[in-house]
Amino acid sequence: MALRDQTHLRIVLYEGAEAQPLDADRRFQAISRLLAQGYALTRVGHGGRTAPADDVPALVLGQFGGAGPRLAAGAPADRVRFRHIAGLPEDEIAGAVEGERAEKKAAAHGTWKPWFPVIDYDRCTNCMQCLSFCLFGVYGADHEGHIQVQSQDNCKTNCPACSRVCPEAAIMFPKYKAGPINGDLVKDEDLQREKMKVDISALLGGDIYSMLRMRSERAQSRFSKERDSDKALNERQKCLVKLASAGDIPPEVLMSLPSPEEIQRRAAEAKAKAEAALAAQRS
Amino acid sequence: MSSCPGILYCNCTYAQVLDPAAKAAVLRALCDSGQSFEAVADLCEMSARKDPALQRLTAGGDVKIVACHPRAVKWLFAAAGAPLDPARTEVVNLRDATPAAALERLAAADLRPNLPPGKALPADPAATSAEPHPSA
Ligand code: SF4
Ligand code: SF4
Repeated sequence: MALRDQTHLRIVLYEGAEAQPLDADRRFQAISRLLAQGYALTRVGHGGRTAPADDVPALVLGQFGGAGPRLAAGAPADRVRFRHIAGLPEDEIAGAVEGERAEKKAAAHGTWKPWFPVIDYDRCTNCMQCLSFCLFGVYGADHEGHIQVQSQDNCKTNCPACSRVCPEAAIMFPKYKAGPINGDLVKDEDLQREKMKVDISALLGGDIYSMLRMRSERAQSRFSKERDSDKALNERQKCLVKLASAGDIPPEVLMSLPSPEEIQRRAAEAKAKAEAALAAQRS
Repeated sequence: MSSCPGILYCNCTYAQVLDPAAKAAVLRALCDSGQSFEAVADLCEMSARKDPALQRLTAGGDVKIVACHPRAVKWLFAAAGAPLDPARTEVVNLRDATPAAALERLAAADLRPNLPPGKALPADPAATSAEPHPSA
Protein backbone atom coordinates (compact mmCIF):
# COMPACT_ATOMS: atom_id res chain seq x y z
CA MET A 1 0.00 0.00 0.00
CA ALA A 2 1.34 3.47 -0.79
CA LEU A 3 2.43 5.42 2.25
CA ARG A 4 -0.18 8.07 1.76
CA ASP A 5 -3.17 5.73 1.31
CA GLN A 6 -3.03 4.19 4.73
CA THR A 7 -5.70 4.38 7.41
CA HIS A 8 -4.98 6.45 10.50
CA LEU A 9 -5.81 6.25 14.18
CA ARG A 10 -5.83 9.06 16.74
CA ILE A 11 -4.65 8.25 20.25
CA VAL A 12 -5.84 10.44 23.11
CA LEU A 13 -4.58 10.26 26.68
CA TYR A 14 -7.46 11.79 28.62
CA GLU A 15 -6.69 13.27 32.03
CA GLY A 16 -9.33 15.99 32.04
CA ALA A 17 -12.53 16.33 34.03
CA GLU A 18 -13.92 13.11 35.54
CA ALA A 19 -10.71 11.19 34.98
CA GLN A 20 -7.94 10.37 37.45
CA PRO A 21 -4.60 11.76 36.26
CA LEU A 22 -1.78 9.25 35.85
CA ASP A 23 1.11 9.63 38.22
CA ALA A 24 3.92 11.69 36.71
CA ASP A 25 6.41 8.89 36.01
CA ARG A 26 3.79 6.59 34.54
CA ARG A 27 2.45 9.34 32.29
CA PHE A 28 5.93 10.19 31.00
CA GLN A 29 6.82 6.53 30.47
CA ALA A 30 3.55 5.76 28.70
CA ILE A 31 3.80 8.76 26.38
CA SER A 32 7.50 8.11 25.66
CA ARG A 33 6.72 4.49 24.88
CA LEU A 34 3.93 5.34 22.43
CA LEU A 35 6.09 7.95 20.69
CA ALA A 36 8.94 5.44 20.41
CA GLN A 37 6.49 3.05 18.74
CA GLY A 38 5.63 5.69 16.16
CA TYR A 39 2.27 6.92 17.46
CA ALA A 40 1.04 10.49 17.62
CA LEU A 41 -0.91 11.34 20.70
CA THR A 42 -3.12 14.05 22.15
CA ARG A 43 -2.71 14.59 25.86
CA VAL A 44 -5.81 16.20 27.35
CA GLY A 45 -5.08 17.85 30.66
CA HIS A 46 -6.37 21.00 32.26
CA GLY A 47 -5.91 24.11 30.18
CA GLY A 48 -4.01 24.35 26.94
CA ARG A 49 -5.39 23.56 23.53
CA THR A 50 -5.67 20.34 21.55
CA ALA A 51 -6.35 19.78 17.88
CA PRO A 52 -10.05 19.55 16.98
CA ALA A 53 -11.86 16.26 16.35
CA ASP A 54 -12.05 15.01 12.78
CA ASP A 55 -13.07 11.88 10.84
CA VAL A 56 -10.16 9.78 12.02
CA PRO A 57 -11.07 6.94 14.44
CA ALA A 58 -9.87 7.61 17.97
CA LEU A 59 -8.82 5.50 20.91
CA VAL A 60 -9.21 7.38 24.21
CA LEU A 61 -7.08 6.11 27.08
CA GLY A 62 -7.83 7.18 30.63
CA GLN A 63 -8.44 6.31 34.23
CA PHE A 64 -12.13 6.96 34.09
CA GLY A 65 -14.11 7.24 37.30
CA GLY A 66 -17.73 6.73 38.31
CA ALA A 67 -20.09 5.95 35.45
CA GLY A 68 -17.22 5.90 32.99
CA PRO A 69 -16.52 8.21 30.08
CA ARG A 70 -19.27 9.95 28.19
CA LEU A 71 -19.07 11.40 24.70
CA ALA A 72 -20.16 14.98 24.15
CA ALA A 73 -23.49 15.38 22.36
CA GLY A 74 -23.07 14.99 18.60
CA ALA A 75 -19.70 13.23 18.87
CA PRO A 76 -19.32 10.29 16.47
CA ALA A 77 -19.74 7.30 18.84
CA ASP A 78 -18.92 4.79 16.11
CA ARG A 79 -15.44 6.25 15.65
CA VAL A 80 -14.44 6.65 19.28
CA ARG A 81 -13.41 3.83 21.58
CA PHE A 82 -12.47 4.15 25.27
CA ARG A 83 -9.92 2.12 27.15
CA HIS A 84 -9.71 2.15 30.92
CA ILE A 85 -6.01 2.00 31.81
CA ALA A 86 -6.03 2.17 35.62
CA GLY A 87 -3.40 -0.23 36.90
CA LEU A 88 -2.10 -1.11 33.41
CA PRO A 89 1.69 -0.99 33.11
CA GLU A 90 3.16 0.98 30.17
CA ASP A 91 3.80 -2.08 28.03
CA GLU A 92 0.16 -3.15 28.37
CA ILE A 93 -1.00 0.36 27.45
CA ALA A 94 1.24 0.16 24.38
CA GLY A 95 -0.13 -3.32 23.67
CA ALA A 96 -3.72 -2.05 23.86
CA VAL A 97 -2.91 0.72 21.38
CA GLU A 98 -1.16 -1.71 19.06
CA GLY A 99 -4.17 -4.05 19.21
CA GLU A 100 -6.52 -1.22 18.27
CA ARG A 101 -4.24 -0.18 15.41
CA ALA A 102 -4.20 -3.72 14.05
CA GLU A 103 -7.97 -4.03 14.34
CA LYS A 104 -8.52 -0.71 12.54
CA LYS A 105 -5.91 -1.72 9.93
CA ALA A 106 -4.27 1.64 10.54
CA ALA A 107 -0.74 2.42 9.34
CA ALA A 108 2.01 0.42 11.01
CA HIS A 109 4.92 2.60 12.06
CA GLY A 110 8.61 2.01 12.07
CA THR A 111 8.76 -0.06 8.90
CA TRP A 112 10.54 2.67 6.98
CA LYS A 113 13.06 5.33 7.99
CA PRO A 114 11.51 8.59 6.84
CA TRP A 115 14.40 9.79 4.71
CA PHE A 116 13.37 11.75 1.63
CA PRO A 117 13.91 15.14 -0.03
CA VAL A 118 11.78 18.11 0.92
CA ILE A 119 11.73 21.03 -1.50
CA ASP A 120 12.00 24.62 -0.32
CA TYR A 121 9.77 26.27 -2.91
CA ASP A 122 10.92 29.69 -1.78
CA ARG A 123 14.26 28.82 -3.37
CA CYS A 124 13.33 26.36 -6.12
CA THR A 125 13.46 27.69 -9.70
CA ASN A 126 11.93 24.55 -11.22
CA CYS A 127 15.05 23.78 -13.24
CA MET A 128 14.38 20.00 -13.06
CA GLN A 129 17.99 19.04 -12.38
CA CYS A 130 16.88 16.92 -9.44
CA LEU A 131 14.35 15.06 -11.58
CA SER A 132 16.97 14.40 -14.27
CA PHE A 133 19.48 13.25 -11.68
CA CYS A 134 17.48 10.82 -9.54
CA LEU A 135 17.47 7.24 -10.83
CA PHE A 136 14.89 6.01 -8.39
CA GLY A 137 11.79 7.90 -9.49
CA VAL A 138 11.50 10.00 -6.34
CA TYR A 139 10.73 13.19 -8.28
CA GLY A 140 8.01 13.96 -10.76
CA ALA A 141 6.13 16.96 -12.07
CA ASP A 142 2.52 17.99 -11.57
CA HIS A 143 0.19 18.60 -14.50
CA GLU A 144 1.49 22.15 -14.81
CA GLY A 145 5.10 21.02 -14.98
CA HIS A 146 6.10 21.94 -11.44
CA ILE A 147 8.64 19.79 -9.67
CA GLN A 148 7.30 17.55 -6.90
CA VAL A 149 8.59 14.88 -4.58
CA GLN A 150 6.21 12.10 -5.54
CA SER A 151 7.57 8.82 -4.19
CA GLN A 152 9.24 9.53 -0.88
CA ASP A 153 9.63 5.86 -0.05
CA ASN A 154 11.72 5.23 -3.20
CA CYS A 155 14.48 7.43 -1.79
CA LYS A 156 17.70 5.71 -0.74
CA THR A 157 18.17 6.04 3.01
CA ASN A 158 20.94 8.45 4.04
CA CYS A 159 21.68 9.48 0.45
CA PRO A 160 21.44 13.26 0.05
CA ALA A 161 23.02 13.23 -3.41
CA CYS A 162 20.23 15.12 -5.19
CA SER A 163 20.59 18.02 -2.76
CA ARG A 164 24.13 18.40 -4.11
CA VAL A 165 22.96 18.87 -7.68
CA CYS A 166 20.36 21.51 -6.82
CA PRO A 167 21.87 24.84 -7.91
CA GLU A 168 19.65 26.75 -5.47
CA ALA A 169 20.25 24.64 -2.32
CA ALA A 170 16.49 24.13 -2.34
CA ILE A 171 16.51 20.43 -1.46
CA MET A 172 16.46 19.54 2.22
CA PHE A 173 16.77 16.26 4.05
CA PRO A 174 15.56 17.24 7.53
CA LYS A 175 17.32 14.27 9.13
CA TYR A 176 20.71 15.07 7.57
CA LYS A 177 23.49 15.98 9.97
CA ALA A 178 24.50 19.39 8.67
CA GLY A 179 23.10 22.58 7.21
CA PRO A 180 21.84 23.80 4.90
CA ILE A 181 20.71 20.33 3.77
CA ASN A 182 19.02 19.71 7.12
CA GLY A 183 16.92 22.86 6.74
CA ASP A 184 19.24 25.30 8.45
CA LEU A 185 19.40 28.71 6.79
CA VAL A 186 21.22 28.88 3.46
CA LYS A 187 24.22 31.20 3.55
CA ASP A 188 25.90 32.77 0.55
CA GLU A 189 28.94 30.54 0.93
CA ASP A 190 26.68 27.45 0.92
CA LEU A 191 25.30 28.55 -2.38
CA GLN A 192 28.77 28.94 -3.86
CA ARG A 193 29.69 25.50 -2.56
CA GLU A 194 26.54 23.93 -4.03
CA LYS A 195 27.21 25.54 -7.39
CA MET A 196 30.80 24.34 -7.33
CA LYS A 197 29.66 20.78 -6.76
CA VAL A 198 27.58 20.87 -9.90
CA ASP A 199 30.47 22.33 -11.89
CA ILE A 200 32.81 19.66 -10.60
CA SER A 201 30.47 16.90 -11.65
CA ALA A 202 30.13 18.54 -15.08
CA LEU A 203 33.92 18.63 -15.44
CA LEU A 204 34.07 14.98 -14.51
CA GLY A 205 32.30 13.98 -17.67
CA GLY A 206 28.96 15.59 -18.31
CA ASP A 207 26.94 14.03 -15.59
CA ILE A 208 27.55 12.01 -12.52
CA TYR A 209 25.98 8.88 -13.99
CA SER A 210 28.26 8.75 -16.99
CA MET A 211 31.10 9.03 -14.50
CA LEU A 212 29.68 6.16 -12.49
CA ARG A 213 29.09 4.14 -15.64
CA MET A 214 32.60 4.67 -16.90
CA ARG A 215 34.10 3.67 -13.60
CA SER A 216 31.88 0.66 -13.36
CA GLU A 217 32.79 -0.48 -16.89
CA ARG A 218 36.47 0.03 -16.21
CA ALA A 219 36.13 -1.90 -12.99
CA GLN A 220 34.28 -4.69 -14.80
CA SER A 221 36.94 -5.10 -17.47
CA ARG A 222 39.54 -5.24 -14.75
CA PHE A 223 37.57 -7.90 -12.89
CA SER A 224 37.43 -10.12 -15.96
CA LYS A 225 41.23 -10.16 -16.19
CA GLU A 226 41.87 -10.65 -12.53
CA ARG A 227 42.02 -14.07 -10.95
CA ASP A 228 42.12 -12.80 -7.42
CA SER A 229 38.49 -11.93 -6.69
CA ASP A 230 39.36 -10.35 -3.33
CA LYS A 231 41.68 -7.94 -5.09
CA ALA A 232 38.95 -7.07 -7.58
CA LEU A 233 36.48 -6.50 -4.81
CA ASN A 234 38.96 -4.29 -2.97
CA GLU A 235 39.48 -2.26 -6.11
CA ARG A 236 35.75 -1.81 -6.59
CA GLN A 237 35.28 -0.82 -3.00
CA LYS A 238 38.13 1.68 -3.18
CA CYS A 239 36.53 3.24 -6.22
CA LEU A 240 33.11 3.38 -4.58
CA VAL A 241 34.49 4.84 -1.38
CA LYS A 242 36.19 7.57 -3.37
CA LEU A 243 32.94 8.42 -5.13
CA ALA A 244 31.06 8.26 -1.90
CA SER A 245 33.37 10.70 -0.18
CA ALA A 246 33.36 13.03 -3.18
CA GLY A 247 29.62 13.09 -3.65
CA ASP A 248 28.40 12.23 -0.16
CA ILE A 249 26.68 9.15 -1.52
CA PRO A 250 26.59 6.26 0.96
CA PRO A 251 28.60 3.27 -0.33
CA GLU A 252 25.60 0.98 0.10
CA VAL A 253 23.65 3.14 -2.33
CA LEU A 254 26.42 2.90 -4.91
CA MET A 255 26.63 -0.84 -4.33
CA SER A 256 22.93 -1.17 -5.07
CA LEU A 257 23.03 0.81 -8.32
CA PRO A 258 21.61 -1.14 -11.26
CA SER A 259 23.66 -2.30 -14.24
CA PRO A 260 25.26 0.36 -16.47
CA GLU A 261 22.61 -0.32 -19.15
CA GLU A 262 19.81 0.07 -16.65
CA ILE A 263 21.37 3.28 -15.31
CA GLN A 264 21.48 4.59 -18.85
CA ARG A 265 17.85 3.65 -19.45
CA ARG A 266 16.63 5.22 -16.21
CA ALA A 267 18.70 8.35 -16.69
CA ALA A 268 17.21 8.77 -20.18
CA GLU A 269 13.72 8.25 -18.78
CA ALA A 270 14.26 10.82 -16.03
CA LYS A 271 15.72 13.29 -18.51
CA ALA A 272 12.72 12.85 -20.81
CA LYS A 273 10.36 13.44 -17.88
CA ALA A 274 12.24 16.60 -16.93
CA GLU A 275 12.21 17.88 -20.52
CA ALA A 276 8.49 17.20 -20.83
CA ALA A 277 7.84 19.05 -17.58
CA LEU A 278 9.89 22.03 -18.71
CA ALA A 279 8.06 22.06 -22.06
CA ALA A 280 4.70 21.93 -20.28
CA GLN A 281 5.77 24.85 -18.15
CA ARG A 282 6.72 26.94 -21.20
CA SER A 283 3.49 26.23 -23.11
CA MET B 1 2.48 27.13 31.38
CA SER B 2 0.05 29.29 29.51
CA SER B 3 -3.13 27.77 28.11
CA CYS B 4 -2.59 29.25 24.68
CA PRO B 5 -1.02 28.89 22.02
CA GLY B 6 -1.27 25.17 21.37
CA ILE B 7 1.85 23.04 21.68
CA LEU B 8 3.03 20.37 19.28
CA TYR B 9 6.04 18.30 20.26
CA CYS B 10 7.95 16.25 17.65
CA ASN B 11 9.91 13.33 19.09
CA CYS B 12 12.01 12.75 15.94
CA THR B 13 11.70 9.04 16.70
CA TYR B 14 13.37 7.69 13.57
CA ALA B 15 16.63 9.64 13.72
CA GLN B 16 19.15 10.90 16.21
CA VAL B 17 19.16 14.49 15.01
CA LEU B 18 17.92 15.92 18.31
CA ASP B 19 19.77 15.42 21.58
CA PRO B 20 17.87 12.63 23.41
CA ALA B 21 18.44 14.34 26.76
CA ALA B 22 17.00 17.60 25.43
CA LYS B 23 13.97 15.80 23.99
CA ALA B 24 13.37 13.95 27.25
CA ALA B 25 13.69 17.13 29.33
CA VAL B 26 11.17 18.97 27.18
CA LEU B 27 8.72 16.08 27.03
CA ARG B 28 8.97 15.51 30.77
CA ALA B 29 8.24 19.18 31.47
CA LEU B 30 5.24 19.10 29.13
CA CYS B 31 3.94 15.94 30.80
CA ASP B 32 4.39 17.44 34.27
CA SER B 33 2.79 20.75 33.32
CA GLY B 34 -0.73 19.33 33.54
CA GLN B 35 -1.78 21.13 30.38
CA SER B 36 -3.00 19.69 27.11
CA PHE B 37 -0.62 19.24 24.19
CA GLU B 38 -0.08 17.27 21.03
CA ALA B 39 2.90 14.96 20.59
CA VAL B 40 3.94 13.18 17.41
CA ALA B 41 6.54 10.51 16.88
CA ASP B 42 8.06 11.95 13.74
CA LEU B 43 6.80 14.86 11.64
CA CYS B 44 8.92 13.69 8.71
CA GLU B 45 7.13 10.37 8.60
CA MET B 46 3.73 12.08 8.87
CA SER B 47 4.63 14.42 6.03
CA ALA B 48 5.64 11.52 3.77
CA ARG B 49 2.36 9.78 4.56
CA LYS B 50 0.39 12.99 4.06
CA ASP B 51 -1.13 12.11 7.40
CA PRO B 52 -4.45 13.94 7.85
CA ALA B 53 -3.42 14.62 11.44
CA LEU B 54 -1.18 17.40 10.06
CA GLN B 55 -4.30 19.28 8.96
CA ARG B 56 -5.81 18.82 12.39
CA LEU B 57 -2.63 19.86 14.20
CA THR B 58 -2.43 23.15 12.38
CA ALA B 59 -6.14 23.99 12.63
CA GLY B 60 -7.42 26.33 15.26
CA GLY B 61 -4.97 29.06 15.97
CA ASP B 62 -1.52 29.85 17.25
CA VAL B 63 0.86 26.97 17.66
CA LYS B 64 4.36 26.43 19.01
CA ILE B 65 6.06 23.47 17.38
CA VAL B 66 8.99 21.84 19.14
CA ALA B 67 11.03 20.23 16.36
CA CYS B 68 14.06 21.18 14.26
CA HIS B 69 14.85 23.97 11.79
CA PRO B 70 11.85 26.19 10.97
CA ARG B 71 12.62 25.99 7.22
CA ALA B 72 12.38 22.18 7.31
CA VAL B 73 9.22 22.23 9.41
CA LYS B 74 7.58 24.78 7.11
CA TRP B 75 8.11 22.69 3.98
CA LEU B 76 7.32 19.34 5.61
CA PHE B 77 3.85 20.64 6.42
CA ALA B 78 3.46 22.27 3.02
CA ALA B 79 4.49 19.06 1.24
CA ALA B 80 1.67 17.26 3.03
CA GLY B 81 -0.89 19.82 1.86
CA ALA B 82 -1.16 21.32 5.35
CA PRO B 83 0.71 24.62 5.10
CA LEU B 84 1.45 26.41 8.35
CA ASP B 85 0.16 29.92 8.88
CA PRO B 86 3.36 32.00 9.14
CA ALA B 87 1.66 34.56 11.38
CA ARG B 88 0.50 31.92 13.84
CA THR B 89 3.44 29.55 14.05
CA GLU B 90 6.57 29.57 16.16
CA VAL B 91 9.05 26.74 15.77
CA VAL B 92 11.16 25.96 18.81
CA ASN B 93 14.28 24.52 17.22
CA LEU B 94 15.71 21.75 19.39
CA ARG B 95 18.69 21.42 17.06
CA ASP B 96 19.85 24.79 18.36
CA ALA B 97 18.03 25.65 21.58
CA THR B 98 18.92 24.30 25.00
CA PRO B 99 16.09 22.55 26.85
CA ALA B 100 15.88 25.51 29.24
CA ALA B 101 15.54 27.99 26.37
CA ALA B 102 13.00 25.76 24.64
CA LEU B 103 10.92 25.44 27.81
CA GLU B 104 11.06 29.18 28.35
CA ARG B 105 9.53 29.71 24.91
CA LEU B 106 6.88 27.08 25.55
CA ALA B 107 5.94 28.67 28.86
CA ALA B 108 5.74 32.18 27.42
CA ALA B 109 2.26 33.45 26.68
CA ASP B 110 3.39 35.34 23.59
CA LEU B 111 3.99 33.85 20.15
CA ARG B 112 7.07 34.81 18.15
CA PRO B 113 6.36 33.73 14.58
CA ASN B 114 9.59 32.59 12.94
CA LEU B 115 8.88 30.62 9.79
CA PRO B 116 11.17 31.86 7.04
CA PRO B 117 9.40 34.45 4.92
CA GLY B 118 8.92 33.50 1.33
CA LYS B 119 6.58 33.14 -1.55
CA ALA B 120 2.90 32.51 -0.83
CA LEU B 121 1.81 28.97 0.00
CA PRO B 122 -1.05 27.08 -1.66
CA ALA B 123 -4.36 28.71 -0.85
CA ASP B 124 -6.31 25.51 -0.28
CA PRO B 125 -4.85 23.57 2.63
CA ALA B 126 -7.80 21.16 2.54
CA ALA B 127 -6.54 19.54 -0.63
CA THR B 128 -4.34 16.86 0.90
CA SER B 129 -3.33 15.54 -2.51
CA ALA B 130 -2.22 18.95 -3.68
CA GLU B 131 1.49 19.58 -3.68
CA PRO B 132 2.88 23.04 -3.21
CA HIS B 133 4.51 24.64 -6.18
CA PRO B 134 6.18 27.92 -6.89
CA SER B 135 3.31 29.64 -8.63
CA ALA B 136 0.67 28.61 -6.11
S1 SF4 C 1 17.19 21.04 -8.71
FE1 SF4 C 1 16.55 22.45 -7.06
S2 SF4 C 1 15.88 24.33 -8.12
FE2 SF4 C 1 15.96 22.69 -9.64
S3 SF4 C 1 13.84 21.86 -9.68
FE3 SF4 C 1 15.02 20.57 -8.24
S4 SF4 C 1 14.64 21.56 -6.25
FE4 SF4 C 1 14.05 23.06 -7.79
S1 SF4 D 1 10.59 17.53 11.68
FE1 SF4 D 1 12.73 17.64 12.38
S2 SF4 D 1 12.59 16.99 14.53
FE2 SF4 D 1 10.70 16.29 13.54
S3 SF4 D 1 11.06 14.21 12.75
FE3 SF4 D 1 11.60 15.58 11.08
S4 SF4 D 1 13.82 15.94 11.34
FE4 SF4 D 1 13.06 15.13 13.29
